[in-house]
Amino acid sequence: MNRLNIELPGLSMKNPVMPASGCFGFGQEYAKLYDLSRLGAIAIKATTVETRFGNPTPRVAETSSGMLNAIGLQNPGLEKVIANELVWLEKYDVPIIANVAGSKVEDYILVAEQISKAKNVHALELNISCPNVKEGGMAFGTNPEVASELTKLVKQVSDVPVYVKLSPNVTDIVEMAIACEEAGADGLSMINTLLGMRIDIKKRQPILANGFGGLSGPAVKPVAIRMIHQVSQAVSIPIIGMGGISTAEDVIEFFLAGASAVAVGTANFVDPFVCPNIIDDLPRVLDELKVDHISELIGGSWK
Amino acid sequence: MIVENMEIISQRNIASKVYELVLKGPELVHLASQGQFLHLKVSEGTDPLLRRPISIAQINQEKDELTVIYRAEGKGTSMLALKQAGEEVSVLGPLGNGFSIKETKPGNVAILVGGGIGVPPLYELSLQLVKVGVKVVHVLGFAGNDDVFYEEKFTELGETYVATMDGTYGDKGTVIDVIEEKGLTFDTIYACGPTPMLKAIENSFPEKKGFLSLEERMGCGIGACFACVCNVKNDPTKTAYKKICTDGPVFAIGEVEL
Repeated sequence: MNRLNIELPGLSMKNPVMPASGCFGFGQEYAKLYDLSRLGAIAIKATTVETRFGNPTPRVAETSSGMLNAIGLQNPGLEKVIANELVWLEKYDVPIIANVAGSKVEDYILVAEQISKAKNVHALELNISCPNVKEGGMAFGTNPEVASELTKLVKQVSDVPVYVKLSPNVTDIVEMAIACEEAGADGLSMINTLLGMRIDIKKRQPILANGFGGLSGPAVKPVAIRMIHQVSQAVSIPIIGMGGISTAEDVIEFFLAGASAVAVGTANFVDPFVCPNIIDDLPRVLDELKVDHISELIGGSWK
Repeated sequence: MIVENMEIISQRNIASKVYELVLKGPELVHLASQGQFLHLKVSEGTDPLLRRPISIAQINQEKDELTVIYRAEGKGTSMLALKQAGEEVSVLGPLGNGFSIKETKPGNVAILVGGGIGVPPLYELSLQLVKVGVKVVHVLGFAGNDDVFYEEKFTELGETYVATMDGTYGDKGTVIDVIEEKGLTFDTIYACGPTPMLKAIENSFPEKKGFLSLEERMGCGIGACFACVCNVKNDPTKTAYKKICTDGPVFAIGEVEL
């Protein structure tokens, strides 16, 4: 009996674990280490219309139990992602979630329309929460009306279900989630990184060339758990939970908060085998908790 | 590339804040070559979270041992410096593309130029070059007398010059000053050190065949996170890039923007 399979809009997953967008490239590096077909899904790196180089370096800085990044959505651009990266991924038996980013509404629409036609793209993740780009990105994800309007437009052109990736950098995450659900989102993914900064005390200036960046890793986990706990009680669409997951126990905690699947981000940088390790370890934790199927735990902390 | 728990055989303080760490394990050492680096997890917990990229200074296949040399500058490396023989460290590696010894013909002269904590990877490179009959000359630059290490070990392999910025040891000045003042000639140049030093080498010897090892803050070390990218030279669009962790850390002179 499969105790881990999960069915979500567009996504028929062997298990609930996927690498998070931006932490896994387009899979090629990790494919040298293990069979990508073992993953529940793969959220590929954000795709924009044009090729983007991203921000100047340093792009990463460490913090206690976490890291700051300001990569700046570096990617080869829509055409190359479809022609090269997605075609290369076709040999794996794993659904792909394409993360869609842009600086203008038209960019999001163009990327969503075209990338959703790729045969292995089973869902879109609408990135309205990237803190590291000057235009667009998070600006779309901090105002409910703007997020709602963009979600509606993307839904109109997408051939596959749309998950909206929420920013934690808002006063009321529930308001944002409800606005996206009402606009037709098929699911939510949360949380993106928290805005942060570190300063080099010798140089008296920020470590990141971009100044600020997004905080991720175990340090943000309680924020993610709290927000998922709140949002999952206010909406009826499923949530892909993320934020500092590095163990099977963390996955269970996210399910209990209200997530129906999870994404593992920063932990891939510490241990490149973390995703398959978590998947292999989940049955042990289910045994300990005397749970037959992981889906029984969804929202278990408040139901 | 594998993840291996390696045993610490020894840890020695060899210069101001500089440590030589010898690690032993059955597999990883046999995959390693000169100029590659290791990604070390210095804490069991989550602080610091990321691994530390440290270049390989010596590969001892017979004894299954790898030597790395690092400066205990920040939190992670300071924690690593406290570890003692018998303890284990999780090592991801070997990573990156190192120095190619085939770029220098036997009998030709290779000059190896290192600055500070950029010196260590040149040691295994020198061992390998000597093995194939290349004549090696070393020019090692340090901040001051307290920072100098491995001078004797390099001297055993070939002519070795040491320069310090403050003149408290060897010749006063930069590695470039030494090469010019001593009138050193060579067929190939290999260098590792701070970016200003690498830029000076590129500007001083633009027509020479040379290879530079770069350093940058890294995330994953395996090419997935895009933290350590650099621009490619002569790219008007400024969108072409190289990843220092996987395309490098060694690049030919003129290949990337320093």
